[in-house]
Amino acid sequence: MLLVVEQFLNGLQFGLLLFLLAAGLTLVFGIMDLVNLAHGSLYMMGAYFAATFAAWTGSFVLGALMALGATLVLGIVLEVTALRHLYGRDHLDHVLATFGLILFFNEAVRLIWGPAGLALPLPAWLTVPVPILPGIHYPAYRLAIIVVALLVALLLYLGVMRTRIGMLIRAGASNREMIGALGINIKLLYTLVFGLGAALAGLAGLMQAPILTVQIGMGENILILAFVIIVIGGIGSIRGAFLAAIFVGMIDTLGRAFLPNLLRQVLSGAAASTAAPALSSMLIYLLMAIVLVVRPEGLFPANRR
Amino acid sequence: MKSLSVSKAVTALMLAGLVLLPLYSQLSGNIFILTLFTRIIILALAAASLNLIMGFGGMMSFGHAAYLGIGGYAVGMLAQEGIGSGFIQFPVALAASAIYALVIGALSLRTRGVYFIMITLAFAQMAYYVASGLARYGGDDGLTIYNRSDFSGLINLGNRVQFYYLCLACLFGVIFLIWRIVNSRFGLVVQGLRSNEQRMQAIGFPAKRYQLVCFVISGTMCGLAGALLANNTDFVSPAVMYWTRSGDLMVMVILGGMGTLFGPVMGAVVFLLLEELLSQITEYWALIMGPLLLLIVLFGRGGIMGVLGRAGRG
Repeated sequence: MLLVVEQFLNGLQFGLLLFLLAAGLTLVFGIMDLVNLAHGSLYMMGAYFAATFAAWTGSFVLGALMALGATLVLGIVLEVTALRHLYGRDHLDHVLATFGLILFFNEAVRLIWGPAGLALPLPAWLTVPVPILPGIHYPAYRLAIIVVALLVALLLYLGVMRTRIGMLIRAGASNREMIGALGINIKLLYTLVFGLGAALAGLAGLMQAPILTVQIGMGENILILAFVIIVIGGIGSIRGAFLAAIFVGMIDTLGRAFLPNLLRQVLSGAAASTAAPALSSMLIYLLMAIVLVVRPEGLFPANRR
Repeated sequence: MKSLSVSKAVTALMLAGLVLLPLYSQLSGNIFILTLFTRIIILALAAASLNLIMGFGGMMSFGHAAYLGIGGYAVGMLAQEGIGSGFIQFPVALAASAIYALVIGALSLRTRGVYFIMITLAFAQMAYYVASGLARYGGDDGLTIYNRSDFSGLINLGNRVQFYYLCLACLFGVIFLIWRIVNSRFGLVVQGLRSNEQRMQAIGFPAKRYQLVCFVISGTMCGLAGALLANNTDFVSPAVMYWTRSGDLMVMVILGGMGTLFGPVMGAVVFLLLEELLSQITEYWALIMGPLLLLIVLFGRGGIMGVLGRAGRG
């Protein structure tokens, strides 16, 4: 029981983190039609910034806030200097150019922070276990991640659905030329959206940082999960990204936690312990394959065009 | 007419260089250059196979490194189990790659465009994780191959020069095959699908079936490169299939010139030599390589072949 609740919450927390990453990716793709592989690099930069600023200021929260601002600025600079020139070009060009950016970021991090990873220690008040149900404790920090990510998701929803900028973003996603023709400063809007996506990726990175180590290439594997989520949820759909992210986070976490035991009941011990790690890392890809067979356009496509 | 002759001359020069390289290596005693170019030729083979679906077929696969791993693991796993004959290892490597390509292709081809890029990437990453989970075959650490594939006296893969020429022969064979495919009725249909799928379908061609066959042929060719690569390094590990390797292959194809016969070979030679050169100058070679890629994408349309063509015309 204890283990089930704990793994369930872990899955939720992982899924929410994935959502923060996937939301930025799907926004940028939906509005600017840009495939950004370097999104994972922004996630990594968020973590490195947070570790550095937290060490400077001595405060985790202050460091995190500064890191958030820094990734926002970095995203805007990146958009203005490089990615802006890629809009309207072939997707293959996007893939190659942002692939080049990944190489650049990984190497720049190695140059500035060195090849060894960093640690981002938590303040004492975030490390205490919190009772959530009678007799069941859960780490405060992981709870904090869930709360913050849910808040951000809510703000994102309200921002996109209820504000003027959100309206422009939605309009941009459904018809780019038209909102330009209506006199909206589309360049500025693009820069803002990219900055927002970068900040979301940075937030995901800095929140994950205390749980895992901060290291080069940390954004690459999780970026591929974000791709899987976008494929499952449907490109350009924030709602789809949210649901798919929770789904993928749950399946991945619960699969890793419980699949070995389940297999052991069916197969012999040796066979199960060989097959389990491979099979549990395959689970979400199998899920993606099933979704593709049933609904190739994703479960919740943003069919507004 | 003149534009043709410039790129043709450079291509011919490069091919002559590749054929004569072992001679130079023997005369100068520079063994390193032979090892380096064996690797370049194998990856050129992989890039050429990717070019078949990407350049001619318009299918942007971002998971081509998976076949390098599958071909390599077929050789490595059979060697580990005591089956050293190349006559078994190589056909198994090709068949395994073909089956993987058939399954992945059938799923991925249900989508198009950017979805296709993401899905091929995700499936290749899945293959990477599966290989990392194979505890019996080294898992994350990889698998050392103690004996190269044995072709019972026909050819000795342990001999550097013989192995080099085997790889070169495979590369030429594959390029010849691609040339025949591209100019066949089948190839014309696949290229027609790249330009306008709807129209081809309206004429009555079963689009997905043609694309799938092309996808499988390309994957099988790349599986051959994987089997050769494993023999070259005497080692195979999940890192062979890591997604940056797929990216490298894509870069080689674009750099050389997508949809040209010898472009990928040119791209592989230039990319890997550049990597070698920059890594000798500075440890942080990717710091230069990354922005260089960005610039090539922004300004170098059509790759090296395109630039050569324009130079000839200009």
